[in-house]
Amino acid sequence: MSARTVTVLDYGSGNVRSVVRALEHVGADVVLSAEPDDVLNADGLLVPGVGAFAAVMKGLKDVDALRMIGRRVAGGRPVLGICVGLQVLFDEGVEHGVRTPGMGEWPGTVERLQADVVPHMGWNTVQAPEDTVLFDGIGDERFYFVHSYGVQDWRFDVTQPAMKPPQVTWAEHGTPFIAAVENGPLSATQFHPEKSGDAGAQLLRNWIEGMR
Amino acid sequence: MTVAIRVIPCLDVDAGRVVKGVNFADLRDAGDPVELAHRYDRAGADELTFLDVTASSGNRETTFDVVARTAEEVFIPLTVGGGVREISDVDRLLRYGADKASINTAAVARPSVIDEITGHFGAQVLVLSLDARRTRDDSTPSGFEVTTYGGRKGTGIDAVAWAKEAADRGVGEILLNSIDADGTKEGFDLELIRAVRAAVGVPLIASGGAGKPEHFPPAVQAGADAVLAASVFHFGPTDAIAQVKAAIRDAGFPVR
Repeated sequence: MSARTVTVLDYGSGNVRSVVRALEHVGADVVLSAEPDDVLNADGLLVPGVGAFAAVMKGLKDVDALRMIGRRVAGGRPVLGICVGLQVLFDEGVEHGVRTPGMGEWPGTVERLQADVVPHMGWNTVQAPEDTVLFDGIGDERFYFVHSYGVQDWRFDVTQPAMKPPQVTWAEHGTPFIAAVENGPLSATQFHPEKSGDAGAQLLRNWIEGMR
Repeated sequence: MTVAIRVIPCLDVDAGRVVKGVNFADLRDAGDPVELAHRYDRAGADELTFLDVTASSGNRETTFDVVARTAEEVFIPLTVGGGVREISDVDRLLRYGADKASINTAAVARPSVIDEITGHFGAQVLVLSLDARRTRDDSTPSGFEVTTYGGRKGTGIDAVAWAKEAADRGVGEILLNSIDADGTKEGFDLELIRAVRAAVGVPLIASGGAGKPEHFPPAVQAGADAVLAASVFHFGPTDAIAQVKAAIRDAGFPVR
């Protein structure tokens, strides 16, 4: 079997070199690009994100990523968001009192973490659901988080029988917050798998091996 | 379910080489920062810090190369300090694969550079490196003053007030180094840690004075979220990181 191709979305977001190298490390064939051909045709699309919610949304819009991510998800093709790349998949973000609409794939608001020490920076444990794909075989390993905001309230409408609820992984810093979501082709982690040593490598491997 | 106390080895790098060296007999090249980074990663380091002590700016190119080669192979967070003065310096380090940059003298000289850098890249990218020392004459309210140029120059600025200002301006964490304790191997300056902890709500990395594993838990008890050291790891037993983590764990704090 030939290597899975992964495009890391290039829209001027922070340290993407580590993401590229971590994916290559687990055997993916990686390009860093925002070209529609690369973004739409790769087996997997990874959306990194650091910094402010509004800045990330603007960066995504500037390369027409919202439409391309939407097209991939509609076609059942894997997308993985990381850090603010997770946050922008929710309804909206609130930073310094300013509300910014997100992509609205999942219900919820990204708000400042309520803890004594913020940013939440370092290695923390997570609680993954039993039927997880991303955390399969990883056990109790810790992952590396760096963030000041998170989704602390999950209200998915489970009364719609046609929709299988996303699998949500939680972590805690002051209050519980969402550490990862797995929702068919669309997944995301609040932590940085590319900076989470062996556990992070295993998660990326799980994501790549789960691609059809 | 709480975040683990981070244990961070620090490597001084001059023109692409580790200064002062280490005593690991099994390393092929104890002066190669990349090989050492690997070593510490495998030994359980939670993060790595490179301090670029290169005197001439021309030799900094080699540091960027070291950062790039490390980021290619080591998948834990990497902080790089030394010579960071403005946004473009941080941008360059990030492009080469650093996750965070630390700033010291340049921020004391022009505090608004903190707002500029964190406004551009986010708070998580910037570490304030604060070299504090005790004042002999109570010339600052907290009894600690900020020093620059590696502790050689006093500024008369209150260290605790500066930590608070930097946090308010947006730094993501503070690397608090005690100039008095540094090199003594007699333990951290716990009063300093307590004083800064009481003033700021960003993560605090304690540094300076560690000589053995038992020195680390009191720093955590005093309020440190992470501990950084050099010689304990470079010249200690090969399982020094594991020993430090065991000491912290035995004191009731979570470690990875």
